[in-house]
Amino acid sequence: MRWLLVKDLQILRRSPLLVGLLVVYPVAIALMIGFALSSPPGKPKVAFYSQVAPGKGRVSFGSQQINISKVANELFQSIQPVRVRSRAEAIAKVRDGQASAALIVPGDIVNQIQSLITQGVGSPTVELILNSRNPLERQFAQQAISLRLNQVEQAVSKQVLRVAVSDLHQVLNGGSVQLLGQTVPLLGLRNSRTIIEGTISSLPPSSSLRVALRQVVAFADLAIEGLGFASPVLSSIGTPLTVQQTQLAGQTTPTATYAVAIAVIVSLMFVTLLLAAGMLALERSENAYSRLVRGLVSAEGLLSEKIVLAAGCAAAVTLVMAAAVSAFVHLDWGRFELWVLALAFGGLAFGALGVAIGGVAREVSAASLMAFLVSLPIAFVALIPADAVSSGLKTFLDVVAFVFPFKAALEAASNAFSGTSPGIGLPLLHLAVLAVVFGLLARLALRRFASA
Amino acid sequence: MSTTTAPGEQTAAVVARSLTKRFGRRVALAGTSFEVRPGELVAVIGPNGAGKTTLLSIVAGVLAPDEGEVSQPPGSRPFGWVPQQVALYSKLSVAENLRLFARLERVADPEAAVKRMLAETGLEDRSDEEVGHLSGGNRQRVNIGIGLLAEPSVLLLDEPSAALDPRQRERLWEFISRLAARGTTVMFSTHDVAEAERYGERVLVLADAELLFDGTPVELERTAGGGTRDFESAFVSFLRERGH
Repeated sequence: MRWLLVKDLQILRRSPLLVGLLVVYPVAIALMIGFALSSPPGKPKVAFYSQVAPGKGRVSFGSQQINISKVANELFQSIQPVRVRSRAEAIAKVRDGQASAALIVPGDIVNQIQSLITQGVGSPTVELILNSRNPLERQFAQQAISLRLNQVEQAVSKQVLRVAVSDLHQVLNGGSVQLLGQTVPLLGLRNSRTIIEGTISSLPPSSSLRVALRQVVAFADLAIEGLGFASPVLSSIGTPLTVQQTQLAGQTTPTATYAVAIAVIVSLMFVTLLLAAGMLALERSENAYSRLVRGLVSAEGLLSEKIVLAAGCAAAVTLVMAAAVSAFVHLDWGRFELWVLALAFGGLAFGALGVAIGGVAREVSAASLMAFLVSLPIAFVALIPADAVSSGLKTFLDVVAFVFPFKAALEAASNAFSGTSPGIGLPLLHLAVLAVVFGLLARLALRRFASA
Repeated sequence: MSTTTAPGEQTAAVVARSLTKRFGRRVALAGTSFEVRPGELVAVIGPNGAGKTTLLSIVAGVLAPDEGEVSQPPGSRPFGWVPQQVALYSKLSVAENLRLFARLERVADPEAAVKRMLAETGLEDRSDEEVGHLSGGNRQRVNIGIGLLAEPSVLLLDEPSAALDPRQRERLWEFISRLAARGTTVMFSTHDVAEAERYGERVLVLADAELLFDGTPVELERTAGGGTRDFESAFVSFLRERGH
């Protein structure tokens, strides 16, 4: 087997274009997948037109003010605003494709909000114009704007409630307000009640005022009790629901690390499958197979050599890739020996699948094409989220993912890279079993290798 | 491997007994028996699909027979095998191909074997050239050289001159004749009847999986009747008389 390995490495060394493509192509695809999975979505370009006059964007209520310009700045965290000077210009930007959407703030929005807050009447409305040509772009812009508007809406509500609760507190307990630049003290219900109680006690027992003042005290008691109860109720409306998050057993690898694991395993799969399938088929294309198996090398030895060659080369390439990526994304170097194990076992399982493909295809070009065609569905099936499909289809996809090495290799690699997950024993065992099964299938496929 | 070593005394270099091979329902070889004496040059001829390659593949041990066996004298070296299509790695040089197979054949001194074979094939000055850059004739010389690396006493060649031009053919047969002259038993298949007559001391005629004739070219001409103009006409006449 040693001399066959040396021979194959010599052949690879003399095929720099092939080897270059074999390494660069999967690494490029893998990095693109990893980048797409780990990068947050960009901000959609939105044409923004506000009809609110400069300096007129403040809403006053009680002792507080809301600045509408600040609210707009909040919104700009989710979009890339393209400021325009008219509604028509905003629409034109969307039509021309220079913006995904247009957001128009009407001039009366301040009055509408003021009226809603102070009188409970009013419907502050902003206008959203979407491009209908690209449905994905439209959905993306709509979601980004709606999500941020909801957040802004909640923030304003909270602010209004906070002011209302504060004012209520002053009505109950007293305090002070700023009026025309002067601080005016507020007595408050509780203090008023105390003063009246004092007044009643100082009146002669036969005074007719006692009855009237007792009625005022009774009303104050009721008001204190009612408003005292209203205050915490109003506070709770600001945050009606708190989400307490608990993570059960399962994928705990950080998203970026998981994306790196996907990129690395996609590369491992491509390089191993193409090398193993191609190098086995090459033995037949060069007519050397019949010469080799007449006593020089056993069929099992030949298959093992191809599996080891492909797994070794691919594991080395992806190990370097992982090490390079670790400069940008945190990978746990303390578990380096687990990286090696995960990539080696993954390589062996993919290598066994590769020689099975090479044995069936028999020609180098057909083997390469088959390896390529098999790779993509294997990866996609393993990456489809469980909730994205019906339960029947999910079971089918689970079975498919189980009988091919991608999912197990991904699990092993992500666990090895992150260090936040449990051991990689089970995925490695799974990969070892798959390597044996595909190795046996490859041995069967070799039966028609020489005769055909 | 179908090749076995027969017990007791065996003077023939190759003994084939009742070889039968089927591919599915098709019979490729039906109960073929023959012997080849040491140092003999035997040609296997027959129409396309007669079973020539199947017969040589079984003798070489590439295919296992469904019935029958092949034997050689005790202590003999394994047969040398030269397949019909050149079986070389085109990205490796001439010397690297020879060295690889010498190592796989577990030749005692691979480097000496490579040197010897480069000299015998006349390719010493092209030893570092990639096989993919060689002419068809030179590739075939390397192909045969690999079959001779382990210094076999019997060399099996499947259509060695196919796809060679006349000049290359001439050089190839000079090479094979030298081997035979040194005592190497050579068994080759060809669809070129004139080649079989010229170089074969004995011919085996196969047609539709059956061995129809085993004798010298002269005997075949005689068997076909005296009226034929040449060996090729005698061969065609022989087959026609037997319904092929």
